Amino acid sequence: MNSVDPVTMWIIIVGLAIGSYLLRFVFIGFVGDRPMPPWLLRHLRYTAVAILPALIAPLVAWPTATGGEPDVPRMSAATVAVTVGLLTKNVIAGIFSGAATLYGLLYLLG
Amino acid sequence: MAFTTSNSYFWKGFRDGAPFVFVAIPFGLLFGVFATETGLNIVQTMAFTATVFAGAAQFAALQLLQDEAPTLIVLASALAVNLRMAMYSASLTPFLGSAPLWQRAIAAYLTVDQSYACSIVRFETEPQMTVPQRMAYFFGSVTPITPLWILCTYLGAVLGARIPESWALDFALPITFLAMIGPMMRTPAHVVAALVAVAVSLVTVVIPFNLGLLIAGCAGMIAGAQAEVVLERRKAKA
Repeated sequence: MNSVDPVTMWIIIVGLAIGSYLLRFVFIGFVGDRPMPPWLLRHLRYTAVAILPALIAPLVAWPTATGGEPDVPRMSAATVAVTVGLLTKNVIAGIFSGAATLYGLLYLLG
Repeated sequence: MAFTTSNSYFWKGFRDGAPFVFVAIPFGLLFGVFATETGLNIVQTMAFTATVFAGAAQFAALQLLQDEAPTLIVLASALAVNLRMAMYSASLTPFLGSAPLWQRAIAAYLTVDQSYACSIVRFETEPQMTVPQRMAYFFGSVTPITPLWILCTYLGAVLGARIPESWALDFALPITFLAMIGPMMRTPAHVVAALVAVAVSLVTVVIPFNLGLLIAGCAGMIAGAQAEVVLERRKAKA
């Protein structure tokens, strides 16, 4: 087991706690109900559909568990989860079919 | 404030947020184990997980600590991972901005990928929701995962159990979010935004401090907004 200098560790914990909170508070807290320009609102409407896929795509293409090697079970599971989500509009169905694909293929190919 | 209707929206949020327990449980456990391996004691681990409350940034910080990166680099990198929270905050502001300040202050703390992803979909598909109903929904969506995240971090840290790699828990997060993305694709502009963001994220993955994510996110947002303008013009002509 490593050891981390406690002062350093607490600086990191407190710094990250304050910094993360400010990032989350900056708009909802400081802007509040002041109107925002329409062009900005139009861009904000696409925050979720842009950021979330961008967060996931590299994890699917280069999974950390395989040391960054693309692998068939994870690619297939991702494809199934998206497709079932798209077709059924049902998140739970997407999760379970994706997980079933992942474990099924890991078992068959492992 | 119409208590009953807000109350029912809390439970709607709770139901919609419930699938994310499949993320909170494995990631809480993994974080607890990883924190103990990095050398954090139980007080530090719990303070970290409860105050920062952002799994990806916490993992990034610990990874850099293990690599013995300078303190400033650890802070800057982990905050860069969390920069997307500012975008979530901005995106939620048109819907929640007129709520009382104390509610917005709590909502800010509870802004995570999961609560944001659930809430923004509901707020956009039900524009007639009142602000108290939206707040109730938002708090409901994060209620199933918050206690589990904290409890599982604790269990991971205390048990220190080595979680077998064959469980493939690393993939709980991608699968859950991918399943969420499907129902978000309501217009062609949404699809354009997602495809552009994915393409850019794969190209920019080499950029350090996770900044590729923000570049990809912005590119996707611009693409979506432009697609919306083009589609509206076409509709106006037709």
